[in-house]
Amino acid sequence: MSADTHPDAHGHVGDGHGHDDEEAHGSRKGYAIGFLLSVVLTAIPFWLVMARPLATQATALLIMAFAAVQMVVHMIFFLHMNRRAEGGWSIMALLFTVVIVLIALSGSLWVMYHMNANMMPMQDMSRME
Amino acid sequence: MQTPTTHPAISPFLGRFTLESLPLHEPIVVATFVAVAIGGAALLAALTYFKLWGYLWKEWFTTVDHKRIGIMYMILGIIMLLRGFSDAIMMRLQQAWAFGGSEGYLNAHHYDQVFTAHGVIMIFFVAMPIVTGLMNYVVPLQIGARDVSFPFLNNFSFWMTAGGAVTVMMSLFVGEFAQTGWLAMPPLSGIGFSPGVGVDYYIWSLQIAGVGTLLSGVNLIATIVKLRAPGMTMMKMPIFCWTALCTNILIVAAFPVLTAVLALLSLDRYVDTAFFTNTLGGNPMMYVNLIWIWGHPEVYILILPMFGVFSEVTSTFSGKRLFGYTSMVYATLVITVLAYLVWLHHFFTMGSGASVNSFFGITTMIISIPTGAKIFNWLFTMYRGRVRFELPMMWTIAFMITFTLGGMTGVLLAVPPADFVLHNSLFLVAHFHNVIIGGVLFGAFAAINYWWPKAFGFKLDVWWGKLSFWLWVSGFYFAFMPLYVLGLMGVTRRLRTFDDPSYQIWFIIAGFGAFLIALGIAAMLIQFFVSIRNRKALRDVTGDPWHGRTLEWATSSPPPDYNFAFTPVVHDGDAWADMKTRGYKRPLNGYKDIHMPSNTGAGVILGALSVAFGVGMIWYVWWLAALSFVGIIGVAIVHTFNYKRDYYIPAAEVTRQEEAHTASLAGVTA
Amino acid sequence: MTTQADLDRERFHLDEEPHHPEGSSTMLGFWIYLMSDCLIFAMLFATYGVLGTSYAGGPGPKELFDLPLVAVNTSMLLLSSITYGFAMLAMTDGKRGATQGWLAITGLFGLAFLGIELYEFSHLIHEGAGPQTSAFLSSFFTLVGTHGLHVTFGIVWLVTLMVQVQVKGLIPANRRRLMCLSLFWHFLDVIWIGVFTFVYLMGMLR
Repeated sequence: MSADTHPDAHGHVGDGHGHDDEEAHGSRKGYAIGFLLSVVLTAIPFWLVMARPLATQATALLIMAFAAVQMVVHMIFFLHMNRRAEGGWSIMALLFTVVIVLIALSGSLWVMYHMNANMMPMQDMSRME
Repeated sequence: MQTPTTHPAISPFLGRFTLESLPLHEPIVVATFVAVAIGGAALLAALTYFKLWGYLWKEWFTTVDHKRIGIMYMILGIIMLLRGFSDAIMMRLQQAWAFGGSEGYLNAHHYDQVFTAHGVIMIFFVAMPIVTGLMNYVVPLQIGARDVSFPFLNNFSFWMTAGGAVTVMMSLFVGEFAQTGWLAMPPLSGIGFSPGVGVDYYIWSLQIAGVGTLLSGVNLIATIVKLRAPGMTMMKMPIFCWTALCTNILIVAAFPVLTAVLALLSLDRYVDTAFFTNTLGGNPMMYVNLIWIWGHPEVYILILPMFGVFSEVTSTFSGKRLFGYTSMVYATLVITVLAYLVWLHHFFTMGSGASVNSFFGITTMIISIPTGAKIFNWLFTMYRGRVRFELPMMWTIAFMITFTLGGMTGVLLAVPPADFVLHNSLFLVAHFHNVIIGGVLFGAFAAINYWWPKAFGFKLDVWWGKLSFWLWVSGFYFAFMPLYVLGLMGVTRRLRTFDDPSYQIWFIIAGFGAFLIALGIAAMLIQFFVSIRNRKALRDVTGDPWHGRTLEWATSSPPPDYNFAFTPVVHDGDAWADMKTRGYKRPLNGYKDIHMPSNTGAGVILGALSVAFGVGMIWYVWWLAALSFVGIIGVAIVHTFNYKRDYYIPAAEVTRQEEAHTASLAGVTA
Repeated sequence: MTTQADLDRERFHLDEEPHHPEGSSTMLGFWIYLMSDCLIFAMLFATYGVLGTSYAGGPGPKELFDLPLVAVNTSMLLLSSITYGFAMLAMTDGKRGATQGWLAITGLFGLAFLGIELYEFSHLIHEGAGPQTSAFLSSFFTLVGTHGLHVTFGIVWLVTLMVQVQVKGLIPANRRRLMCLSLFWHFLDVIWIGVFTFVYLMGMLR
């Protein structure tokens, strides 16, 4: 519910020209760090799956964690997300979207899993893993 | 794999269109077509005779002025209301008639289209345009802005919405509409069971209109966030703007879901994928799940702005600040988030089991709490206020009573075991009409009566307004209370004929209610007509006929193109009430040039091309679809090469308009 | 006699118009649009999540996916991201030639990505694993194909912008548009992270 405290704090008058070009573009260093991180964060999951040094479950959890971290890296270094951009509205929109995406994704999987479990004929249960 | 073998050969030039696609064998449709053709021809002739085409094109179709676009949305909504209502009264007549072996007067093919079209049109092309139109008109004025953030996009959004409406209307006379119910659930809506053009009309009209809805949502969020007058912090924003903000957040976060799920359904229909099929591992219930992830937020998209309207109206006509402003804001925000946590209550009976159903039953009951809090806020606003029972206030009171009733039946349906008994029955139909008519339509009528003087400079006629009010409200109760009874008797929805004669009396009462509503609609149209004719007598020159409290009442009625000669600075929640209590006087000189966006025809062209694209896809006229798709991309690209999109209203012109306002104000006080 | 009005003007109006420069809302508006696009992808992911194990007796991920190819494809997209970043840096420095050069390279990487994806698709269809084969393949083709369509649209937009930069230079309107496309392009990268992780890598684990 920070939706209303945030804009309260920053006032409104100068909003139109608060964000100048420089801030929104990042720097050469930022892009380089972001690129290196994303290469590493991409390479490791590929290696984990192609070489399979770990058990399946551990691999799955690990590559999901890497994906989450890499998404954050891209958000920060390439999309220049921060708490200041557009007076905090960008990050708020992003967080709201993340919440809705999580609700819709996990909700759909949960709901449909239970329906399949309850309603499917038995021979199809094998597909549910 | 199902292959649509039921089609006759598809011509490369006309697709699957043949002369038999014209419903010449349906006398009702033919008669309607003749009436519409004559009416349309008369309208076109009149426009040509009075040389209004240039005026319409320059001043309205190509306008980027949020006020005019708002009015066009409202007109679209009201025209489509007439269409949607004629579907409703046809159903009432059929159901009151088709007893004791009688087939009524509508065959199954026609009846199924009627109930589908009724739902689709009422939600997408009546409620949505009215809601969007209100927000478009009022929000920039209430926040002291000159226009929305993206004026061209606003025009484009309107024409996409109108394009969707045109596509739906086309299905009445060319081909058929879907016979699937308003959400087109597969496998019924799949190509195997619905091989005709009906479902394709459904898909493409919603996809075209959906683009408009989504973009206008983005536009209004940016407007509210970026263009508020100096000093107007979020918690000093009029409550209608808050509800509009939350509504548009819901639009932006819900309509993509509809776009995606309809796209998947189209893939099933056009290229034989297996998303929602019963074969090849597809799952029709996934469609139900996805479409309700959009569908539940959608009902809050419709009702939240109306909560804003009722808040403004109650506060204005009670002569008091809104009780519990902060709690109202929080209630709205809570509803915005919770709207995404209740979707499964639309399909408790799918079979997800007790744990899933309990979760969604409980969230549904929780979401009724902030709504209940709002009702108390309105009651406390009226308490010890000097309540003036003008038309907007009357609609608000009718809303409070009706909506509370509908809310209570809703909470009843939120109990999964009760839902197992009542789902898909007329009880459900009565419930959602109870909240949509009692909430959204009554809200729209309150808003129209409230803001009409702002938009046109004269009040609406009270006598006809009251007549319309009483006809509508009593008609609503006559039409829908019997449906609750029938639902409890076990009658399911969408039935065309009945065997049990004990139902008939209730259907006849419901039909009588629909007749009263028809009179109510007529009275409302007469109210508009009489008011326009008597506009001199009903004139309001003050710009503030109701002693309003928010900024839209600070400017003249109708407001000038630039809304405010000087941008207001806000010190208090009810900015205009604050200005009035401090004895505010308008500045009368020192006007400056005002920067404004210029009109453009690109929106109309893109909307028309989109309709052509839709028609091409619906009828399998691939060359038309391809050509218009390329056209859309081409026009959009060409439009981006136009860098000169604004102009200045010279200070002299501002001076002229403001002095005219000053003179008419002096005429009142003298 | 105008003192009251003068006082009110001070209190209730600004001396100067508050300047909302043209396009001051553009970045926020475009970001909000991207969030809505994100939800379209979320629905496609949800569909893939629910239907992605419904092979209907047809081939599954292990028989179909070619991870080295996906790795090459991913690197194309990552490289295009960094080159777009360089284009933005060149733009900030006001170097039109460099901006155009980096944009062109970005576009080429994008085309390479699309080429590889189309090759993959045609290969799958050729093997009899087209989108009509099973719900798994329907949702796979739709999710990956929608991402590909976005990249295609991004390339069309990129070419349009290159023409506009050539004609008009790096004027504020064009800078704003380049920044929007930058958001779009990097956003597609983020989506691709989800695609290669949840579709390809997780698919190989099944």
